[in-house]
Amino acid sequence: MIAEKSNTAQLIIDKISSSAEKVNFIDNDQLSKALLYLENKGIPNNKHEDYKYCNIDGIFKKEFRNIEQKLNSVTDVAQYKLKDALTLVVVNGNYSESLSDKLILKGLHLTAFSNLDKEEKKLIGCLANVESDAFIALNTAFSGAGFHLKIADNEQLQMPIHILYVSSANSEALVNPRNVIELGKNAEATIIEEQICIGTGKVFTNFLSEKFVGENAKLTSYTFQNEGANGFSVNTNQVTINRYGKYDNTTVTLSGALVRNNHNVVLAAQNCQAHLNGLFTTRNNQLVDNHTLMDHQMPNCESNELYKGIITDKSTGVFNGKIYVRKDAQKTNAYQSSKNILLSDDATINTKPQLEIYADDVKCSHGTSTGKIDEVAVFYLNARGIGRESAKKLLLNAFAQEVINKIEVDELKEKILNLFENEL
Amino acid sequence: MITIKNLHASIGDKEILKGINLEIKAGEIHAIMGPNGSGKSTLASVLAGREDYEVTQGEVIFNGKNLLDLAAEDRAREGLFLAFQYPVEIPGVSNINFLKTALNEIRAYHGQEEMPAKDFLALVKEKQKLVELDGKLTNRSVNEGFSGGEKKRNEIFQMAMLNPKLAVLDETDSGLDIDALRIVATGVNALKSKENAFVVITHYQRLLDYIVPDFVHILYNGQIVRSGGKELALELEAKGYDEIKKQFESLEK
Ligand SMILES: Nc1ncnc2c1ncn2[C@@H]1O[C@H](COP(=O)(O)OP(=O)(O)OP(=O)(O)O)[C@@H](O)[C@H]1O
Ligand SMILES: [Mg+2]
Repeated sequence: MIAEKSNTAQLIIDKISSSAEKVNFIDNDQLSKALLYLENKGIPNNKHEDYKYCNIDGIFKKEFRNIEQKLNSVTDVAQYKLKDALTLVVVNGNYSESLSDKLILKGLHLTAFSNLDKEEKKLIGCLANVESDAFIALNTAFSGAGFHLKIADNEQLQMPIHILYVSSANSEALVNPRNVIELGKNAEATIIEEQICIGTGKVFTNFLSEKFVGENAKLTSYTFQNEGANGFSVNTNQVTINRYGKYDNTTVTLSGALVRNNHNVVLAAQNCQAHLNGLFTTRNNQLVDNHTLMDHQMPNCESNELYKGIITDKSTGVFNGKIYVRKDAQKTNAYQSSKNILLSDDATINTKPQLEIYADDVKCSHGTSTGKIDEVAVFYLNARGIGRESAKKLLLNAFAQEVINKIEVDELKEKILNLFENEL
Repeated sequence: MITIKNLHASIGDKEILKGINLEIKAGEIHAIMGPNGSGKSTLASVLAGREDYEVTQGEVIFNGKNLLDLAAEDRAREGLFLAFQYPVEIPGVSNINFLKTALNEIRAYHGQEEMPAKDFLALVKEKQKLVELDGKLTNRSVNEGFSGGEKKRNEIFQMAMLNPKLAVLDETDSGLDIDALRIVATGVNALKSKENAFVVITHYQRLLDYIVPDFVHILYNGQIVRSGGKELALELEAKGYDEIKKQFESLEK
C-alpha cells in the first residue's frame, strides 16, 4: 500500500532538498517537527476543510511536476521602487542586501536570519505554529534566508518600508520567503509588502511572515500581490497584537494564477484592534482565496474586516472569515463584510463566515453580498454619452474605492489605482 | 429634429407604446401630459435607448439618423438628453468625474480633443450658477444622498453641461418647490435656442407657466390621443382626464 500514498509533500522534499541551502537558523526541533508534519499530513487537497476550494496538492501535481529550481538572480528592481519609501528586496526567498536600500531610518533594526544570535533565533517560529498548517511546515523546512525586522520601543518610522518579494525562475520552482517583524512598545511603522513574479518559469511562493505588534504599537501593513500568470502563492501572515496595539492590513490582489492568503490575527491582550481589508480581481482561471482568522482572546478588543472581489471569466474568488471569541473575550466587537461582483456567468465566489463565540457580552456581525454590475447605473451613464466599457470602469472603480481609500501611502495608492484600472 | 412614426414598444409580452407619432422641429418646445401609467416614461426610455423595452414596430429619425439603430451612448453623443424621472444614485462616482467622462466621450465621438481641465472647471462653474446648484453637490457621488429636488436640479445641471440638441425632461418638476421650479425653468429657457428642442413631460400646468410650450400632447394608453396648443394644458388642468378616458372606454366597447 505504500505506492498508494502518493505523497506530494515527500516528492517536493526530495526534489528541492538537493538544491536548497541548509537552513541553519531554524532550530532542529522545529525542523524535524516540520518534516514529520509534512510526512504525516501531506499537502492539503480539497478534502481538507480549510482548503476546500483550493486544492494545492492538485496544483503541485499538475503544475509543479518538474520542479527544477532554476532560480534567476535579479539585478535591477528600480522600476518597482517607491520614491518615498525604504526598499528592502527579497529574491526567491533570500534577502538581498545589495539590492536593498541602506537602512537609514532611526529606530529600525534589520538582522538577517543567519546573523541572529542563539536567543534571537528563538523568535523564528514563535508565532507560527509549525504543526498547525502544512505551509507553515513547508516554509519551516525550506525557509529562505529572510530577516528579522525590529522597530525599537517608542520609535515612529518616518518613512514606509517597502519590502519587495521577487520570485524569478526559468523552471518550475518553489521558494519560501520568510520574515519576522516586531514592533516594540509604542512603536509605529508602515510596511508595504509587494509580491511579484518575473521570469519564464512558474514559481510557487510559500510566504510566511510573523508579525508582533507590541503594547500600544501601531502597524499599518499593505500587501500588494501582482504575480501574473506564472505566480502561484500561499501567503501566511501570523500576527499577534499586545495590549492597546493596533494592526491594520489592506491586501490588494490584482493577479496571480493562484493566490491563497492565510491571514491569522491573534488579539492576545486587552484593548487591541485589528482591521483587515481586501480587494481582489480575478480573471481567466485564476483563484484568489482569502482566509482570515480573528482570534479574540481577551476583553475589549475590536476587529473589522472588509473584503471585496471582482470576479471575471471562469475565475474563482473565496472569502472565508473565521472569528473566534474566546470565553475571556467579553466586550468584543467583531465585524466582517464581504462584497463581490461577478462579471461573468462562469465566475464563482464562495464566501463563508465562521463565527465561534464563547463569551456572552459581545457584538459580532457579518454580511455578504454578491451581485452583478448595476445595469440601471450603466444605462444612466450610457444616457450621458459614456460608453459601456468606461461605464463599467467607473462603476468597478467606485466599488473598489472603499478598499483602495484605506491606503494612506499616496504613491502606493496611485500605483495600485493605475494597475487596477488596467486590469479592468 | 426628430420624427417618431408609429412607434410600438413592449416589455415582456405587454405592449406599452401602441403607435406613437410625433414630429418635433428645432426651436420648439413640446409638452407631453397624460395619466399615470400611460407610457410617458416608457417613450422617454425607448428614445434614450433603454434595452429593457423591445421596439416591435415603427421608426425614429433623429437629425437624419435612424435613432433606434444607435446604442444608448451614441444617441446621447448625437445630442439626445433624457432628464430621468428617477435619477440614479451612483455611489463612489463623483459628479465631476462623471461629467468630465461624459463630456469628453461626446467630444471624442465628434472628433474633438478632450476639454482642457481649466475650461471644464470654468464651464462647471458657469452652469452651476445657472441652475443655482450648491458647489458641494458637484463634488459628491452622483445623486447619492441628494434630496429629491437636488436630484432634479442635478439633471438640469447635467443638461446644461452637455448642451444637447433634444432634451426630454421626464417630470423634472415633480418634487420641486416653487423656487426650484423657477430655477429649472430659467435653466431651460436660458438653454433654449433655434437649434435645439425640448420635450417636457409633466402632470402640471404650473411648469408650463414658466416653460411655455408650442404644443401639448396627451398620451393615453400608449398613444397620443390629442394634440393642441398651450391652452390644452389649461383645459386639462380644469377638466382632468375623465373625458378622454370615457371616449377611450367607449371605443374599447
Ligand atoms: N419594467 C417594467 N415591467 C413591467 N411593466 C412596466 C415596466 N415599465 C413600465 N411598465 C408599465 O408600463 C406602463 C407605462 O409606464 P410608464 O412608466 O411609461 O408610465 P408614465 O406615463 O411615465 O406614468 P407616471 O405618470 O406615473 O410616471 C405602466 O403600466 C407600467 O406599469
Ligand atoms: Mg413616468
